[in-house]
Amino acid sequence: MELSKEQIRAIIAKRVALEFKEGDYVTLGIGLPTEVANYIPHSVHIMIQSENGLIGVGGRPEPGKVDPKITNAGGIPVTVKPGAAFFDTAMSFTIIRGGHVDATVLGALQVDQEGNIANWMIPGAFVPGMGGAMDLVVGAKKVIVAMEHMSKGGPKIVKKCTLPLTAEHEVDLIVTERCVLKVEPEGLVLQEINPMFSLEDVTSTIEADLIIPDNLVKEAI
Amino acid sequence: MLFGLLVKGFLSVKKIITATEAGKMIADGSSLMIGGFLKCGTPTKVIEEILKNGTKNLTLIANDTSFPDSDRGKLIVNKCVKKAIVTHIGTNPETVRQMNCGELEVELVPMGTLIERIRAAGAGLGGILTPTGVGTVVEQGKKTVEIDGRKFLFEKPLNADVAIIYGTKVDKFGNIFLEGTTRNFNQIMATAAKTVIVEADEIVDSLDPNMVTIPGIFVDYIVAA
Repeated sequence: MELSKEQIRAIIAKRVALEFKEGDYVTLGIGLPTEVANYIPHSVHIMIQSENGLIGVGGRPEPGKVDPKITNAGGIPVTVKPGAAFFDTAMSFTIIRGGHVDATVLGALQVDQEGNIANWMIPGAFVPGMGGAMDLVVGAKKVIVAMEHMSKGGPKIVKKCTLPLTAEHEVDLIVTERCVLKVEPEGLVLQEINPMFSLEDVTSTIEADLIIPDNLVKEAI
Repeated sequence: MLFGLLVKGFLSVKKIITATEAGKMIADGSSLMIGGFLKCGTPTKVIEEILKNGTKNLTLIANDTSFPDSDRGKLIVNKCVKKAIVTHIGTNPETVRQMNCGELEVELVPMGTLIERIRAAGAGLGGILTPTGVGTVVEQGKKTVEIDGRKFLFEKPLNADVAIIYGTKVDKFGNIFLEGTTRNFNQIMATAAKTVIVEADEIVDSLDPNMVTIPGIFVDYIVAA
């Protein structure tokens, strides 16, 4: 099954968007996680927190209505929704680290069966800095990893992360274009597979021990 | 008579200076905080003066090193900085290049830790304990403390010789109003430097006290942006 990058991203973002409850406060990482906002079901209303100092992130402003004093964490101008609030960085990380954010969605380079996540550097190759990622992963009530199932180098879901960690034992859910995995105390549980793929397609591309329940859901995402 | 002066506020009025005068306050080898998150809420005029003066060996404390052609990023490109204490350098390839070839020392700090270290300095605290970074390279070389079964890292306070911050509206008493998402690091950096310079989009006689984001007590000089 060959999917384009756009198809892969849409499948992942659409599935992650089903994880939120009415009234949740959610912080989305940069890149694919930001796209999740485009797929939130109309029946669910969430407030998006942005680490640079805003709760209630809205869409992009219309041309000519850009206010450079209102941006998201990528520095891109945004609008704000009714009920929005602005605050400084200390307040923003009181919200994030203090356990007040219901869920966060982040990308990852590697995730392992113990819920460890590596998403901020590849030594010698890619060192952008952790920004707010370490605080988010430690502080959010639910940590959702949204990432492509594999990298060019092979599996991204592994027994033990080899790249520098962002945090230990914090990941709750992993969503890829092929499957949804839940991190439980007893191990990594395969919760759903995308029916575009066989069980073999999923398991052979994961390098971790998997718990496969009898009631495995095969659902079109 | 003295009472009259106090009531009128003359003794509390802050000095309004030019960007050129402000630039001269930043000496070679100083530690320098600069507010802003990428370009949002980032002061730019005093940075241009630092570039003109060719100030060297600065320790830059900020959220990020911005972009190569903008504000803090230009300080990196023009080699004014010997050490950067920041959370993110991904938007400035020159920071990455200088770091990789050993020209620039970079200390990467989680965002929530950086702001609390600065807050601790400004608030007279001896440091903070945070769970962020436990079990990662951030933990290396740091004391850890276990409280009620949970492990925390001890992180030291962080102050600076000079902080340059942004103000949307600043009154003559140094009180600052910040609009939108421009508060970011500006608000806490105002508390943690020996000399605090605010670049004001607009200078007014006096702000409504209800509108004050940063009290003027922290501010030393005002520059018109």
